[in-house]
Amino acid sequence: MKYDARPCPLVKKTQLTDTIFDFRILNKELAEIAKPGQFVHIRVPGKTLRRPISICDINGSEFRLVFEVRGEGTDILSQTEVGGEVDMIAPLGNGFKIEPDQRTVFIGGGIGVPPMLYAAKQSNNAVTITGFRDKSAVILEKDFKSIDEHILMTDNGSAGRQGFVTEALKDVIGNADMVCACGPMVMLRGVAEIARQAGVPCQISLEERMACGVGACLGCAVLVNREDGTQGYKHVCKNGPVFNAEEVVF
Amino acid sequence: MADLSVNIAGVEFKNPIIAASGTIGFGHEYSEFYPLEELGGISCKGITLKERLGNPPPRIAETPSGMLNAVGLQNPGVEHFIEKDLPWLREQNTVIIANVAGSTQEDYCKMAERLSDTDIDMIELNISCPNVKEGGVQFGTSCESVGAITKAVRKYCKKPLIVKLSPNVSDIASIAKAAEAEGADALSLINTLTGMRIDINTRRPIIRNITGGMSGPAVFPVAVRMVWQVANAVDIPIIGMGGITTWKDAVEMLMAGADALQIGTALFTDPYSPVKIRQGLNDYLDRNGMKSVTELTGTVITG
Repeated sequence: MKYDARPCPLVKKTQLTDTIFDFRILNKELAEIAKPGQFVHIRVPGKTLRRPISICDINGSEFRLVFEVRGEGTDILSQTEVGGEVDMIAPLGNGFKIEPDQRTVFIGGGIGVPPMLYAAKQSNNAVTITGFRDKSAVILEKDFKSIDEHILMTDNGSAGRQGFVTEALKDVIGNADMVCACGPMVMLRGVAEIARQAGVPCQISLEERMACGVGACLGCAVLVNREDGTQGYKHVCKNGPVFNAEEVVF
Repeated sequence: MADLSVNIAGVEFKNPIIAASGTIGFGHEYSEFYPLEELGGISCKGITLKERLGNPPPRIAETPSGMLNAVGLQNPGVEHFIEKDLPWLREQNTVIIANVAGSTQEDYCKMAERLSDTDIDMIELNISCPNVKEGGVQFGTSCESVGAITKAVRKYCKKPLIVKLSPNVSDIASIAKAAEAEGADALSLINTLTGMRIDINTRRPIIRNITGGMSGPAVFPVAVRMVWQVANAVDIPIIGMGGITTWKDAVEMLMAGADALQIGTALFTDPYSPVKIRQGLNDYLDRNGMKSVTELTGTVITG
């Protein structure tokens, strides 16, 4: 059996900002097979739908999940106490394809930043760019700095450089072999366009409202260009969440 | 160990738990959680004559104790189903129900004729999908239209025919009678209830299609009521569905008059729910000294 839904213990919990939580969840067997860019699908007590959350990092037998409280479901999840359990189906989806020696730019915007951490750690030649609204929203700065070259951007310049991640990307795209990104759609569109103009392949991680998480219900649709020249829908949970940017119809 | 087997329109199910159309695709994904032979049957994703791309996203919204969906019958078409999915499904040792939808009466007839030449076990006529502009539920909301399409499809359908009813009607018992009168072998109900949600920050509907079909525990009491009404109106078997989440719900639905059950949205919350429901149902029968699940059907006491 490829999939399993099982309760896993929450071993550590930290609040990173007003709305962002950092969970460490223990499951050796699942952690060993998790790849960067994949996600976990978490059952929330009292809710019909599970919540898909990207894998921020894997440390030995621990999943690190960094998520934002956006609504009731994530609010309930954030109240899980250390010692309690998190029921998750994991790992799911197709992650980033990373060649360790390629010059790869890893870009995250806002709550799209966490999955880029585990991804960037797979590279021996990484530049990481993270972008946030302002200083109060900045997360994982130390983690990214410890990997390799890191550029922090904020919209208002209250931390790092002022500006969007796309401006920083323009500075480093010249000697890049690959771009990997996760963040708001408007950011991904900008990143994909810069990469396209530079002739650099680009992988983007997408988000969509999801139900089953495994590709059965066809809920989390994303419009793509198909090989036969027509357009059709693929699904974030099974075909993604990481797609080649040129495949996606923005 | 009670006897969980049921017979619906001549088709033997090893247990009354069937995965509901639209929630399990063509079975491949959930077979990675447990062997599909654990289920009595699978009602496959609704198929149409030609490929349908489905609706633009978002297609999903959560609701109190439930959800809305407006997938819009995304499917690869009946020929693809027959060539690519059916041979694998046939090996899964469970009853295979093809759920068919169309834009015109002719579509439904052509598919019934085509599928009658395959080794599927049953055909479920989907005249209750609320998420497509043409066809779907427009055939399912009056006695005349339900009677007419059942009669038309019956001529081409050599398999046992299930008509899946919409709850978005004023008198479901009359509609059930119309389907029975024109040759339906069984009925399944309820499909989803049309619903809508609005994002209060953007003032836009959460679902791109504006409205979607509501399912999950929130619709369960409506489903129980409708199954009970239909059970009192017809003599053909009923497959009850709508928000069944626990074995207690399953018992309740059987008492209301269902002969078998479909489980849908509960799969999303807990992929193992059909297996747990089957086990809980078995234990309930054992505790109450019942030999067969059929002893439960229609046993609600209303007098």
